[in-house]
Amino acid sequence: MKLKGSQIFIQSLVAEGVDTIFGYPGGAVLDIYDEIFKKDLRHILVRHEQGGAHAADGYARATGRVGVCLVTSGPGATNTVTGIATAHMDSIPMVVFTGQVATPFIGTDAFQEADITGITRPCAKHNFLVRRVEDLEQTIREAFHIARSGRPGPVLVDLPKDVMQAETEYPAEAPFIFQKDVTPTRPDRNALKKAYEMIKESKRPVIMTGGGVIGGKATEELQRFVESAKIPVTATLMGIGGFPGTNPLWLGMPGMHGTYQANMAVSNCDLLVVIGARFSDRVTGKTSTFAPHAKIIQIDIDAASIDKVITAELPVVSDAKQALEYLNDLLANNHFYLPEEERKAWLDEIEGWRKEASRPFAQNGKIKPQAVIKMISDLTGGDAIIATEVGQNQMWTAQHYCFTRPNTFLTSGGLGTMGFGFPAAIGAQVAFPDRTVIDIAGDGSIQMNIQELATAVNYRLPVKIVILNNGHLGMVRQWQELFYGKRYSHTVLTKSPDFVKLAESYGAVGLRAEKPDEVETVLREGLSRPETVVMEFAVDAEESVYPMVNPGSPITEMRLY
Amino acid sequence: MKMNEQVLVLIVRNRPDVLARVAGIFSGRGFNIENISANVMPEPDITKITIVTRGDLATVEKIEKQLKKLVDVREVTHINGDGSVKRELLLIRAPLDGKDTDRVLSLIGNTGGRIITRDPEFCIAEFTGSNDEINEVLNCLDGIKMEKLSRSGTVAL
Repeated sequence: MKLKGSQIFIQSLVAEGVDTIFGYPGGAVLDIYDEIFKKDLRHILVRHEQGGAHAADGYARATGRVGVCLVTSGPGATNTVTGIATAHMDSIPMVVFTGQVATPFIGTDAFQEADITGITRPCAKHNFLVRRVEDLEQTIREAFHIARSGRPGPVLVDLPKDVMQAETEYPAEAPFIFQKDVTPTRPDRNALKKAYEMIKESKRPVIMTGGGVIGGKATEELQRFVESAKIPVTATLMGIGGFPGTNPLWLGMPGMHGTYQANMAVSNCDLLVVIGARFSDRVTGKTSTFAPHAKIIQIDIDAASIDKVITAELPVVSDAKQALEYLNDLLANNHFYLPEEERKAWLDEIEGWRKEASRPFAQNGKIKPQAVIKMISDLTGGDAIIATEVGQNQMWTAQHYCFTRPNTFLTSGGLGTMGFGFPAAIGAQVAFPDRTVIDIAGDGSIQMNIQELATAVNYRLPVKIVILNNGHLGMVRQWQELFYGKRYSHTVLTKSPDFVKLAESYGAVGLRAEKPDEVETVLREGLSRPETVVMEFAVDAEESVYPMVNPGSPITEMRLY
Repeated sequence: MKMNEQVLVLIVRNRPDVLARVAGIFSGRGFNIENISANVMPEPDITKITIVTRGDLATVEKIEKQLKKLVDVREVTHINGDGSVKRELLLIRAPLDGKDTDRVLSLIGNTGGRIITRDPEFCIAEFTGSNDEINEVLNCLDGIKMEKLSRSGTVAL
């Protein structure tokens, strides 16, 4: 059957199991939008292409599926670059389709032309420019395959207008040969046997997980492993939710704003089992002082992440699920049993650290942002999908919301993109219309993609936006206070809108709390409403994120307040 | 070969942007390309790229791993010193002004050059050899007023 490129585009997406795309039309993609209209494929119209990219990203993080975004050429495409780089840094599976000028015009500085494949080469997992309609079907299949296989990542596919109008035979007859292998890397069993021995011998072990356990869909295997081996667990920002925060073996997050007990445990352990984490500088602090007494076992699907920053004594290239399955088999087959007393000394020491550092929130008549988040955690039972922006709002959420399930914490960890959270929350809400989805934001971040209020209201998405308004670019202000002699250069955010009125002008519900005793009422009401709700909390501007490890310092050197 | 010089040979899919991708790994991650050579292979759709970079073994391992992640890269081989053959090609254009012609031509001949083009006014000569040998040729040819020269990247087996 002869079909046009635009029709093949739709068919190929359907063949990949795509049922939702986030996008914004334009001249170069008119043919595709014509087909979308006829086919009635679910398309969420955003208000800025960056919002579209982050929404596809949030959809992918919440569902574990490949997110899809469609934009036009030139500025439409360049507006997705931040979103692509965000997904790249956090290894999120996503395919971004960009329109392009017709092939004879490429390279002529045509209207709305951009060399988007050149621009995104370093910040996408891979990209394609489809020069012939005969290549379209194969390219789309390959793009999805690359996005979701191995270490996932964003893939861009550039679609010239004439290719969308040209016709070819569909489906194509030639078989598809994928250039890079589909199957997840099988672990070296001898290496894992050695890991098992090392775990058996260790007296003070710690497990550190990252985004790879969630992306690798290995949280059940992890839970079983931890329960058998009775090893305390920490997770990097990207790994939060991979292990239930309610479990007594949960240490909290390590690193720059990690918990006291997590940092002390990592720094004093004799064995560190790292699964799906890449030793970000936010986690390690000064690398020469990281886990100084520990042998390190590193299990990762990406060989390039091993020995990149920290040397592992036992590296294992594998996807998390298979590695943990095999380790669980080893534990079971060897009748691994750990008597309580064996682990008690280590766990007691950790409990001591936990007590040492815990302190209640101060009361000074102003709303404490940490208390707001803790209350959200309590009111939602740790069961909501929480997106964050970047900075203090993000760190406090990681510290004070008790996550129990994977794919519920949507945060830009690697790139740290302000403006990510709200569109990501929209993407998650589109995927799960019946779940509570909350974006926790600061007054700076929320204004970066505030236009997506129109998207949320338009599709009746009951996203809840919590704005912790301290009138400042909080995290930067904190650094200026600590390291730049309180020279607050351009971190006061004056002339922010009245967020309640702004919400209402978009047709959303707006609520505000100005005093601590108003917080619970506003939260209860906001969370119960079926509409898009903006809840603004006037929080104490003096609050900073603690604990804090100075950049480049050992993670044992924490300021606690 | 100079200290810490490492040769990487890549087998890649022949795509318009594959060279840009490979070069991007070097520039993006702060590694340096000292010289580069690329050409198609007999096997359809395949190109071989040879890159000389500088660094210790740990650095080269990191580069290799990053290159292997590229979708268009099939294989990466690190060529070590022993038993490997590394060659370069040099083309020069030298003026021939009558009186000096014999001296120039014999100098080229003595340094192992082959005359490719012979014109009354100039000649173009070709030299092949290892990196050190080509350096030595250039030293020897110091006595000639060369109009132009072009030096290829390393190819190796």
